Amino acid sequence: MEKNLLRYIWCHTRREQLWILLLVAVSMVPYFLSFDLPKQIVNGPIQGNGFETANARQPFFRLAYDLPVIGHVELFRGIELERQQTLMALSAVFLALVLINGLFKFHINTCKGRLGERMLRRIRFELVDRILRFPPKNFKQLKSAEIATMVKDEVEPLGGFTGDAFILPALLGGQALTTLGFIIVQNVWLGMITASIVAVQLSIIPRMRRRLLELGRLRQLTAREFSGRVSEIVDGINAVHSNDTSNLERADIAWRLGQIFSIRYDLYRWKFLVKFINNLLAQVTPFIFYAFGGYFVLLGRLDLGQLVAVIAAYKDLPSPLKDLIDWDQARQDVQVKYATVWDQFSVEPLIAPAVHELANGPVPPLQASVVIRNLTLVDDSGARLLDDVTTEVGAGETIALVGTTGSGAEAFAEALGRLIWPTSGSITICDQSLLEMPESITGRRISYASGEPFFLHGTLMDNLLYGLKHAPRANGALDEKHLAEFERYATEARRAGNVEFDLHDDWVDYKAAGANGPDDLLNAVQPILDAVQISEDIFDLTLRSCVDAQAHRTISERIVELRRALRDRLAADHRDDVLVPFDFDLYNIQASVGENLLFGTRTQPGLSDQDLIAEPHFQRFLEETGLDQDLYQMGLAIAETAVELFHDLAPQHSFFGRLTFMSADDIPVYQAMLARCRGLRLDEVPMQERISITALSLSYIEPSHRFGLLGEDLMDRLVTARKIFHAELPEDMANLIDRHDPERFTNYASLLDNVLFGRVAYQVADAADHIRGIMKELFSEAELYESALAIGLQFDVGASGKRLTMAQRQKLNLARALLKHSDLTILNRPLSALDQRVEEAIMRSIIQQRNDAGQPTSLVWVVSDPHVARIFDKVLLFQRGSLIGSGDYLELSRSNTVFRELL
Amino acid sequence: MLSDEVETLREVPIFASIEPAKLKLLAFACDRMIYRQGQDICRQGDQGDAAYVLLSGMADVIVSSSAGEVKVAAIGANAIVGEMAVLCNIPRTATVRATSRLEVLRISKDHFLALTSEFPQVATEIMRTLAARLSETTAELANARISFTTR
Repeated sequence: MEKNLLRYIWCHTRREQLWILLLVAVSMVPYFLSFDLPKQIVNGPIQGNGFETANARQPFFRLAYDLPVIGHVELFRGIELERQQTLMALSAVFLALVLINGLFKFHINTCKGRLGERMLRRIRFELVDRILRFPPKNFKQLKSAEIATMVKDEVEPLGGFTGDAFILPALLGGQALTTLGFIIVQNVWLGMITASIVAVQLSIIPRMRRRLLELGRLRQLTAREFSGRVSEIVDGINAVHSNDTSNLERADIAWRLGQIFSIRYDLYRWKFLVKFINNLLAQVTPFIFYAFGGYFVLLGRLDLGQLVAVIAAYKDLPSPLKDLIDWDQARQDVQVKYATVWDQFSVEPLIAPAVHELANGPVPPLQASVVIRNLTLVDDSGARLLDDVTTEVGAGETIALVGTTGSGAEAFAEALGRLIWPTSGSITICDQSLLEMPESITGRRISYASGEPFFLHGTLMDNLLYGLKHAPRANGALDEKHLAEFERYATEARRAGNVEFDLHDDWVDYKAAGANGPDDLLNAVQPILDAVQISEDIFDLTLRSCVDAQAHRTISERIVELRRALRDRLAADHRDDVLVPFDFDLYNIQASVGENLLFGTRTQPGLSDQDLIAEPHFQRFLEETGLDQDLYQMGLAIAETAVELFHDLAPQHSFFGRLTFMSADDIPVYQAMLARCRGLRLDEVPMQERISITALSLSYIEPSHRFGLLGEDLMDRLVTARKIFHAELPEDMANLIDRHDPERFTNYASLLDNVLFGRVAYQVADAADHIRGIMKELFSEAELYESALAIGLQFDVGASGKRLTMAQRQKLNLARALLKHSDLTILNRPLSALDQRVEEAIMRSIIQQRNDAGQPTSLVWVVSDPHVARIFDKVLLFQRGSLIGSGDYLELSRSNTVFRELL
Repeated sequence: MLSDEVETLREVPIFASIEPAKLKLLAFACDRMIYRQGQDICRQGDQGDAAYVLLSGMADVIVSSSAGEVKVAAIGANAIVGEMAVLCNIPRTATVRATSRLEVLRISKDHFLALTSEFPQVATEIMRTLAARLSETTAELANARISFTTR
């Protein structure tokens, strides 16, 4: 990248710049013509010069020139017009010139704008391209938010400047020189004085602005650090809360804002000081003209006409001069901005472009062994991570790297994964250095996973397939319209120096995953998900999510079948007790009173019990059925009990977790309410309190709360009332409730609830587990398990995958590495968040899968438990950065004392 | 119903000294669960997340060793089990298996710990129970040693 901004701009945009300059020059012709025209209109047809007689005619648009050498040339004799005709014709020409000038201006501005935007696009792309090519150790000191600010905000003004970079100084300089020349022609002395003051202005002002530029640079750096700090707070918010450092953070932010304030304030003071001096200098010149010019006129040394002409001409000088100085200020400003960004991005050595070359075709497998010779790794601080290690990873070997943390095993794995570059020594495959191999080979034939997974904001599937998206596969099905559109996109991308790969092509390398296309991809993915034991988590995600019936017809249309299968299965297992199905004629004891009354799912999750009771229709319904009394009494009893139990408990007491229908803050509210309402008849209780108390009854579930408030009689009456409620349901309420229908799927409940079509029994000890256990079998038997997994794979993982647990993230990260089916898989404690038993089970199933696959691939695994090393072909034992043992498990456990101690 | 459960809880020695109003709160904080015959309430080696008070029915306490499963005790109504794992953060030391239809109150770990800090009587009572069990175990160990050496 070029360090000088102007040179950078010239280098990339010189053709457009020259073209615009030409346009500007051409546009001057109609511009100056339009200056002269008003005089012609006024002098000619209006004042009557040349139209002295009534029938006088004048030629219009006569083109005749007196040229030197050639003499008089007449190109066009013109059209003879009368006075009025001439007026109209000249006015029409004036209008046309206005139009032409406007169009020129419009076109030039668009060109300049496009030029600037293209430049901005180029710079941004180039910066991100450089980030992609930074060597790995650089990232240890970079703050992502700072880099993002640089790419996004700090280069922004460059775009605006680009359009004016050369055109403005050319134009303004030309104007200023012309004026100056005119003054010199009028009077050499006055011209010289003017020129020297201009020279002073041009030399002092930019010098004074240097301080401004320095301040501008400081402002940029502090703002960048500020945004870095803000993102640090966001990322580390949990650490802030758990360490009670929120006030430290506040102090830090306040201090930084204070710095930014003082820099900016300083900046303003300087800016206006410079402005003041500049204006002063500009005003000194007329003073000289008046005082000294006048003096010379009085002495008779200067002609009065000349002085007036000089003063008139000088009026035109300050404005281009000022603009020119402003332009220079803008130039230096963006140059400083550009230079500070450049400093951050001029990293050496960058990864060579050839390493990142896009490779469309298949990549041949790596069938040779990896040879590691005298490998030494040193970290930033100069500490030796690995010291002079020589070994070999044979093709098709499974190797366990054993050692305590910091022993060098992890560093060795990172070096194989190209995350650390060797300080000395080499890693070679077929005599080619690993570092020089293109990523199209290493990224496809080698996979690496560590315990610190990286996730994009997207679905589970997007993240899983991330390791397969190496190159776009041209989409043959594009129609002509899209093709043309893409061609436009590509041309524009080329002009701004961007790559022209189509993001919307299919990037997934299905072959590598062992699939033929998107349709059978899930078949290839599923065994891996099973091996890393994440299928069940994904299936659970599906069950817990609300599924759109229209989008997933395969499942929604067979919901009746699934429901029946579940009932049959429970009956066959003699476990009918775990589930109480919904039945329009029966009270469901495991559901709340409210659910029983409504017998449906609420279509708006925000609709609370209180809102529902406040509905006039619902009120009337309660009164007509006489339930208003029952439910109010029930609510009263609930409130009494809750207040009795909880009134003297601290609000943060863990028991409040059990109180599902109230929060700790509600206790005193209800206590006061009870004191007011106790002993009153229902019709005497104010409406608001009646609603609050009755609402409590709706969330009451007898087996869970056990207050003993629900008798057989009340249950029967609730069922009767439910029938009336549904028979008389008005339209607007019907929209709020989706009635339970054994034959139909509902979008408003989770898939699990849809299949259950009932409530799980609270008191049956393993009810939820039992149902979870048979759900997978039910879906598998109906051959819907894959469809269900596919729904779960559409789960949005959130920023950096934070909606998943660490264990799930690590499993998924491992699955991503395995999905590539690479020749060498490096796993660097990939499952550190899992307990050892699960980790070992996953390890065994992965190695089993590899053995079953037929073609042996190499596997290097940094293991946390040395015992599991027995299932690997070879063990490499590390201690304090050195390789102290290599061989098979049995041999090492016999001969190596360190290994024996670890065991 | 809560009121029945309160009656049962009063019969459990470690809760005997708590006033009825608080016992009702405790009962409310518990889950009332039913286990089938043969079902495990907790398994040896699992992490303990709750303690259990038996309301009705019978259960066996079983320890599995290399020699197979050994039944170490039979418990019935009013017994409390599983409190050790909750108190000391250790895996379950034994399996408890229902030998009839069993009704229990399940007190989650958090609630149990909140209880001990709130009512020192409960803590003292737990200590007493544990100490009694320890002395029992010590006596058994001594017996076992003697029978081992005399063999």
